[in-house]
Amino acid sequence: MALLDRTARSLLMSELLSGMALTMKYAFKRKVTINYPYEKGPISPRFKGEHALRRYPNGEERCIACKLCEAVCPAQAITIEAEPRDDGSRRTTRYDIDMTKCIYCGLCEEACPVDAIVEGPNFEFATETREELFYDKAKLLANGDRWEPELAKRLELDAPYR
Amino acid sequence: MIAAIAFYVFAAILLVSAGMVVSARNPVHSVLFLILAFFNAAALFLMAGAEFLAMILVIVYVGAVAVLFLFVVMMLDINFAELRSRFQQFLPIGLAVGVVLLLELCLVLGGWSLAPNSAAMRTLPIAPDVQNTAQLGRVMYTDYILLFQAAGLVLLVAMIGAIVLTLRENRGASRRQSVARQVARNPGNTLEMVDVAIGAGVTMADIRRPLPEATALEHAGHGHDSHDDDHGHGHGGEH
Amino acid sequence: MDAFLNTSFGITILTFIEALAIIVPVLILMAYVTYAERKVLAAMQLRKGPNIVGPFGLFQPFADAIKMMFKETVVPSGANKVLFFLGPMLTFGLAVLAWAVIPVNDGWAIAKINVGVLYLFAISSLGVYGVIIAGWASNSKYAFLGALRSAAQMVSYEVSMGFVMVTVLLCVGSLNLNDVVLAQQHIWFCIPLFPMFVIFFISTLAETNRSPFDLPEGESEIVAGFFVEYSAMAFALFFLGEYTNMILMSAMTSILFLGGWLAPFGIEPFTWIPGPIWLILKIVLVLFFFLWTRATFPRYRYDQLMRLGWKVFLPLSLLWLVLTAGALMLFGWLPHAV
Repeated sequence: MALLDRTARSLLMSELLSGMALTMKYAFKRKVTINYPYEKGPISPRFKGEHALRRYPNGEERCIACKLCEAVCPAQAITIEAEPRDDGSRRTTRYDIDMTKCIYCGLCEEACPVDAIVEGPNFEFATETREELFYDKAKLLANGDRWEPELAKRLELDAPYR
Repeated sequence: MIAAIAFYVFAAILLVSAGMVVSARNPVHSVLFLILAFFNAAALFLMAGAEFLAMILVIVYVGAVAVLFLFVVMMLDINFAELRSRFQQFLPIGLAVGVVLLLELCLVLGGWSLAPNSAAMRTLPIAPDVQNTAQLGRVMYTDYILLFQAAGLVLLVAMIGAIVLTLRENRGASRRQSVARQVARNPGNTLEMVDVAIGAGVTMADIRRPLPEATALEHAGHGHDSHDDDHGHGHGGEH
Repeated sequence: MDAFLNTSFGITILTFIEALAIIVPVLILMAYVTYAERKVLAAMQLRKGPNIVGPFGLFQPFADAIKMMFKETVVPSGANKVLFFLGPMLTFGLAVLAWAVIPVNDGWAIAKINVGVLYLFAISSLGVYGVIIAGWASNSKYAFLGALRSAAQMVSYEVSMGFVMVTVLLCVGSLNLNDVVLAQQHIWFCIPLFPMFVIFFISTLAETNRSPFDLPEGESEIVAGFFVEYSAMAFALFFLGEYTNMILMSAMTSILFLGGWLAPFGIEPFTWIPGPIWLILKIVLVLFFFLWTRATFPRYRYDQLMRLGWKVFLPLSLLWLVLTAGALMLFGWLPHAV
């Protein structure tokens, strides 16, 4: 009896037809494709994207050249040179991040004691030459100035978990 | 006029490719020239009005037989230089066989054109309005049915011979899959959905299948293993 | 005008124009089958297909063609150059060559030969060579193995295709494709010969190396099988040849089983639409089934594939052939007074 049942099922292709019915049903459902670049997917506040150097509200740059980020970076992507500034404070003269070496792990952000170097939500910074991806201090500070409201909000949202 | 040109073109290509079959250096090229020869033979059949035969030639010879030739030739590792080196040695015998075949060809051709009532035999009673295929069918399945069935039987014997040649002695030793049984599997007789309370877990009795029965072989092996285990334990105990 | 058309030059010109009239729509249809495949597969997988190039992505095939033209054709070292380029040319050429006998309306075939069905069968048998030659000429083990597997698969499924065609021929009584279509005026063959229709359709899936029988060109298993060494235009030719072959097989299925250019019931609202349009609609329907099966089923393992061809389809088609012959003889429905 089981043999007859199996034979009938395979000759009448029952599971094949039910599979095809399922695909046909799916063909009429709403599609899940989002229309990038006009629509984008949601991103968590912890997303690790393009780096930025932040400032204090009074405009003073946060980075104090402690070089903890340079030490912790697993890809050795950060290069720092430091000198006392004219007013005697400890600041960097050179702060380069090689974005082609960077693995976007976020350890520099975790290591920084003053929340100077952060990874922002931006991932759309593709360039046409490699040289443009060797970020220097000016570029990173400019990033920071451009993205500051969003960076501040991300830090505020993530603070309970850090 | 065009028919004559076409005939000579096809015949010339046929002869040239037939010559290349035996003289090509690479055996794969040989088979490809053979295929070309078959095509031109089919074209000649077409010109003679035997379209069924032409198509069957292409389907059977080119589409099946030559494919198998290609399979075999491509997978063999033929050392052509070594093959060619024996040419001189066998030349006299080859020449003799060639001369005999040529004489036979001349005999057949002569008989076909020179015999007294050859002209009458060449024109068979062909009904002009019946298709080629139907005519072949009428003759083959009535007058020559015995030969037809005998040819079929010869092919059957060849197939059985091929199977017998590749049959292995000990058929119980190799494991086979039953594809039908694999395909017939369905969730009904393989899956069981169990409702489990959170944190309760599933008892082993629910999910473990019954073990297969231990055979005599396993028992003997087991005995040896446990003996070794004791040895190990003994060592451990000393430490 | 008629006198001109009767001269051999006139006939040549006319044949040329007829050939263009069939080949150009076939090529355009082939380009849009590639587009339709992406869209239909996407729809069944809950995503949108190409929708950027042109309205609804309709110019995607042209973008693909232009991309292929600009790529570099890499010929592997040690490959036989003549055979390397002969393979894809054979595949594409044969697929287009077979359209010479397909009737798009009553008496509208380029070559009205008496052995049309055999001609189609011969063309599909020859299609095996494009694959074998391409695999051999690539001078690569993966390509060669893929080619052998593909050739063996194609040859295996041709046998059951042949038996199914013979079953149809029993009901028609002639090898002429026009007669095959005309014999379906009362009822399309897909209804009395439904199991044969199914077997024929699945065999055409295996002939054209389409899912679920696409292991020889399996993208994930043996790295695209026999055309792994092909790039740019040669690859494009293979690709196009495969899709033209698909359309050809769909046309064969439509003519043998779905009534070719005949309107569904032969009654008024349906007969307002001309024959060629019906043929195109039926071809599109069968092509949709090709795409639908691709979206639904996993790939067959090679031994399962061969087992299906030889141990399931061959006995079934042979059995049905004998049954059909017996039924025709019993009820006296044989086509001509034999």
